[in-house]
Amino acid sequence: MRRTTSRIVPTAVALAASLAFAAPALAADNGKFRIGVVTFLSGGAAGPFGVPSLNGAKVLVDALNEGKLPAPYNLKGINGVEIETVIVDENGGATKQVEEFRNLAERHKVDAVIGYISSGDCLAIAPVAEELKMPTVFFDCGTSRLFEENKAPTYVFRTGLDAAIDNIGAARYLVDSGRKLDSVASIQQNYAWGHDSWADFSAAIQQLKPGVKVATEQLPKLFQGQYGAEISAISVSRPDVIHSSFWGGDMEALVLQGAARGLFDKRAAVLTCGESALDRFKGQAPNGLILGARGPFGAFAPQNPLSDWFRTAYRGKNEIEPTYPAFKMAQAILGLKAAVEKTGAKPGTIPAKEAVAKSFKGLNFESVSGTVQMARAGGHQALQGIAYGEYSFDAKSGKATLANVRHYSGECVTPPDGTTAAAWIKAGFPGAQCK
Amino acid sequence: MTTLYAILIDGMIYASWLFLVAAGLTVIYGVMRILNMAHGSFYSIGAYSGASLVGWYFAGGDGAPYWSYLLLLGAALAAGLFIGLLVEQGLLQFMYKRDEILMVIITYALLLILEDATKLIFGVDPYFTYQPYSLLGRSSFGELTFANYDLALIAVSVLIGAACWLVLNRTNRGKVLRAVIQDREIAVAMGVNVKLMFAATFVVGTTLGALAGALTAPAISVSPGIGVEVIVLAFAVVVVGGLGSIEGAIVGALLVGLTRSVAVHLAPQIELFVIYGVMSLVLAVRPQGLFGRNLARKI
Repeated sequence: MRRTTSRIVPTAVALAASLAFAAPALAADNGKFRIGVVTFLSGGAAGPFGVPSLNGAKVLVDALNEGKLPAPYNLKGINGVEIETVIVDENGGATKQVEEFRNLAERHKVDAVIGYISSGDCLAIAPVAEELKMPTVFFDCGTSRLFEENKAPTYVFRTGLDAAIDNIGAARYLVDSGRKLDSVASIQQNYAWGHDSWADFSAAIQQLKPGVKVATEQLPKLFQGQYGAEISAISVSRPDVIHSSFWGGDMEALVLQGAARGLFDKRAAVLTCGESALDRFKGQAPNGLILGARGPFGAFAPQNPLSDWFRTAYRGKNEIEPTYPAFKMAQAILGLKAAVEKTGAKPGTIPAKEAVAKSFKGLNFESVSGTVQMARAGGHQALQGIAYGEYSFDAKSGKATLANVRHYSGECVTPPDGTTAAAWIKAGFPGAQCK
Repeated sequence: MTTLYAILIDGMIYASWLFLVAAGLTVIYGVMRILNMAHGSFYSIGAYSGASLVGWYFAGGDGAPYWSYLLLLGAALAAGLFIGLLVEQGLLQFMYKRDEILMVIITYALLLILEDATKLIFGVDPYFTYQPYSLLGRSSFGELTFANYDLALIAVSVLIGAACWLVLNRTNRGKVLRAVIQDREIAVAMGVNVKLMFAATFVVGTTLGALAGALTAPAISVSPGIGVEVIVLAFAVVVVGGLGSIEGAIVGALLVGLTRSVAVHLAPQIELFVIYGVMSLVLAVRPQGLFGRNLARKI
């Protein structure tokens, strides 16, 4: 009898607990505009990307609900309807994310989903979003395949930029800065992101400066953390420039270990995701290190009432400067708000999902990074420029800024519809409009 | 020529780090026959403790920078002792008579719990505590430059390896421990307090794991998941060397470290594969590892 009781009690507790946690999922429609926000809350991408983007979402949603945003976003919530978020951890792989997405749509009955940093997750979610007719805004993932595989999207939008743009912009910056550029070394994380970034960059640099030699191609494991041998191999290969799409802790470790060994003393290095650690490098990154922010975000964002407001509000709540993932999340939310309000639905009501998708297509909206045109992939992909600049740390003030910043317009670095990024680069960027 | 000595020095630095990571795992398996999946968490807790304490110390801005090394050691010792005692006394001592496979599952569960506990305590933001890494400066060998901190890690690993060997082979306590390793039942019959031996061994193992984490922290960005990453490497090293053998862990670390260094310099495309390639090759020739013993099975 006692043995039976000892098994029943924990089982009952477990069941009770599971019911308690399931309750919010079954909540009835409460008239709020419900957004599923999916970003990394655990794993290696949480610290550099997931948490800043979630913080960005919280700052923006709270302010929207209080009607505190500058015009044209001063209507409370979305179309006058209070926003409610359902937050989901992106960690766990694409299969889990598809299940979570279905949960958001069918159990939480969200009105839209904003999220996804991992390209693998975006590729898995896009067809499900179309199947469930759920307006879905990808705020960060960079894969070029998103709209190459999903050629006639209706409900899927991306307000972040294609990763090819990061690397075309980096190549243009290096050439335009007039640096010695006879050879380039590559160090990338050994998975699709690293391979694709290097393929785009090496092809672009060959087009812009034919004859550039590849000194070495290093492909350490994701989250390896120790790069001693790779740093030696790059040093021995004596490149003029180092290109890396490293992100997060891997990027910070590479900079720390490389700087301690003088890797950046005699050569330029470009980090396409470097801005995310701008305020964390302190004196450890050498001045002159070239950083990107995957678009005109973070420290590269132009000064306008929206970006000024966002910086102040974010700093007020989080006591640090917002980095590019926070800007990108804010941009996605503003895009959704603009699309919903453009439907012409009566203020205080939530328009149909079909109307939101139709309204989002080809939308122009103001954002924390300037004006965004949904002008690629048939109106589903944002067209924006990109900027690069050099890290500059002032030891006296303890502040890091960006020097020698160059901006490239969207038309300069983005392939036109109907061609892939790889084909556009290979053809020599036909139609590119660069000032 | 430059490539050759770069391979040697890089290989030695990486091997010394691998040995630091694997030493605690080897000690615990050697004495207790527990394949401790949670070892990566002890590494992670050591790294977070060291990074937090040193970060706090430098944020004060008044202390002498060189004290930070003592703080790293202190953080590792405190974290290792605390978590080691907590896990051994609170959980493992009730499980010792269970099957080895069950112990793997128990320590795997512990790994998952500790990973989440680490996030709850330290948050998910990365810790970047670079000062001790750059403080020692750098040394140049020809056209190559190395961080002195990395070179110092080689000396630390040699010290730890030598200390483990000396304790096991040249002290009375070590002899008693070896008796426990040889035959636990006979050792109990001879009056050895095996429970105490196990507790002490586990705490030493966790402290070694925490020490590896604390010493690595200044060179990396300490972020969630670092423990899971190193456990795979640590297993590769101890499997190559032979489970439970300190000499095996040293040789395994050297073999894996040098082979990886050769791959990075000469064929970077196969770097990811080469560590597991070495492991597969060794296991194909000697399934018990280079220094592992074939044990008679008690029926």
